[in-house]
Amino acid sequence: MTDAYIVGVDMIKFGRFPDRTVPNIGAEAALLALDDCGLTIQDMQALYCGNLGQASGMVGQRLLQEIGQTGIPVVNVANACATGATAFREGWAAIKAGLYDLVLCVGVEQMGKGLLGGAGGGTGIPKEGLLGSGTMPAVFAEAGMEHTRKYGTTFEQFAKVSVKNHHHSTLNPKAMYQIETPLDVVMNAEMISYPNTKLMCSVNVDGSAAAVIASEKKAKELGLMDRAVKVRASVMSSDPWQERDLVMPDVNSCTRKAAREAYEMAGIGPDDIDLVELHDCFATAEILHYENLGLCGDGEAGQFIDSGASALGGKCPVNVSGGLLSKGHPLGATGIANIYEVSTHLRGEAGQRQVEGAKLGMTHVIGLGSACGIHILEKV
Amino acid sequence: MSAQPLPVVPYLKIPEDGEPYLEGQKCGNCGATFLGERSVCSKCGARDQMSAVTLPNKGELYAYSIVHRSFPGIEVPYVSAVVDLEDGTAIKGNLIDVEPDPEKIPFGMPVEVVFDDALGRKDKDGNSYLSYFFKPAS
Ligand SMILES: [Zn+2]
Repeated sequence: MTDAYIVGVDMIKFGRFPDRTVPNIGAEAALLALDDCGLTIQDMQALYCGNLGQASGMVGQRLLQEIGQTGIPVVNVANACATGATAFREGWAAIKAGLYDLVLCVGVEQMGKGLLGGAGGGTGIPKEGLLGSGTMPAVFAEAGMEHTRKYGTTFEQFAKVSVKNHHHSTLNPKAMYQIETPLDVVMNAEMISYPNTKLMCSVNVDGSAAAVIASEKKAKELGLMDRAVKVRASVMSSDPWQERDLVMPDVNSCTRKAAREAYEMAGIGPDDIDLVELHDCFATAEILHYENLGLCGDGEAGQFIDSGASALGGKCPVNVSGGLLSKGHPLGATGIANIYEVSTHLRGEAGQRQVEGAKLGMTHVIGLGSACGIHILEKV
Repeated sequence: MSAQPLPVVPYLKIPEDGEPYLEGQKCGNCGATFLGERSVCSKCGARDQMSAVTLPNKGELYAYSIVHRSFPGIEVPYVSAVVDLEDGTAIKGNLIDVEPDPEKIPFGMPVEVVFDDALGRKDKDGNSYLSYFFKPAS
């Protein structure tokens, strides 16, 4: 089976673009990724397009109407916050299978402002605030409080995640925000759902990211191996049965399962990873995923953030891009944007925020419901 | 319009005579319990092994969040709580009769399930609803 290489990858600066269309926002990243490897849409043999908000709207085909209708097959993908990673993985699978030699994967989202989620739908009366809360900040607060219950993790430790990621994004010109947020500012921000304050919730933004994946033969033939990034592992999982599933969406067991399989596929362990972009949809979530991804032992995540291990310059920098908390979280784009971030470090092109000597990196996303996508990337 | 309040969820049962209660489904093969009707067990995959069980009205607080911002029109703050009932069934709801302060809400706190009007909420036909809540066990 051929190896698959990312030969072109890019993202737009995340922001708010209410006057643009979803395909138009996606087209911009698609062109950037093509330019990154000097190829054109005529070279692409298939398009995998991830978008959530217009999942029934044929976004991929409309995107081609903006950059070139070559008649290639288009697969539109929706998988909650794992949408972009799923689109990427579909492209990867097609290359691995030998079906194509060059594919384009795009993730795009245009978001409104405000709370996502809500308890119970259906008939009768609204259940939000009656049978607890189904808002995303509350759901992830409860998941964080489960960690507090087990290990005594504090509000301050959760808040430190936000301080770190907001600091990282001051070094990332493509992040939504470049604003330092000291600990007291994070902790004193409006409380949304204890222990998540407003600055501990991901930012709803519009954005897009895209990647061109090539077979080894094609990457060599085109002379693109210099900046190529090898996909060492691509894994997805859904949530295996857990006793509190029905009332507590589970982001842990699917991440642990996918991480275990990804390390196995790559033939490496967590100690080999030089940087991680993980799904910090809320500050509480990042703490859980340190352990879920094996970056530290169970119960050690609080100490992991306290020690600076996950900060730029630390043992395993996490979310150097600023993460979802500060770079922003355009749902369908996030999974490819984090692949762009890790690839950029592996190529040594990350400028001020460069993780020195990065050879292997990991990306992780979770779509609640749940879908987990993990990729391990390597500079060859 | 119904003269009697309607159950807020299908697994809240209101007998004609007697007290309201929560009903679970228990898998005869692996013992997992679920809220709501189902015919296949999502833990072990067994088919047609489900039987209805009355859930206990006592349990303990597993995890929670104090919600300060919700959708428009919803009164805050309130405590969104995950409770493990005595038989192991997990259920989510509002924890009432506590101060919305993490210092005052210990994990593992014994709670009881109580039934009351659904905060005055009515459906479009004007029907009232009976809901369940958790409160610290006395
Ligand atoms: Zn079973």
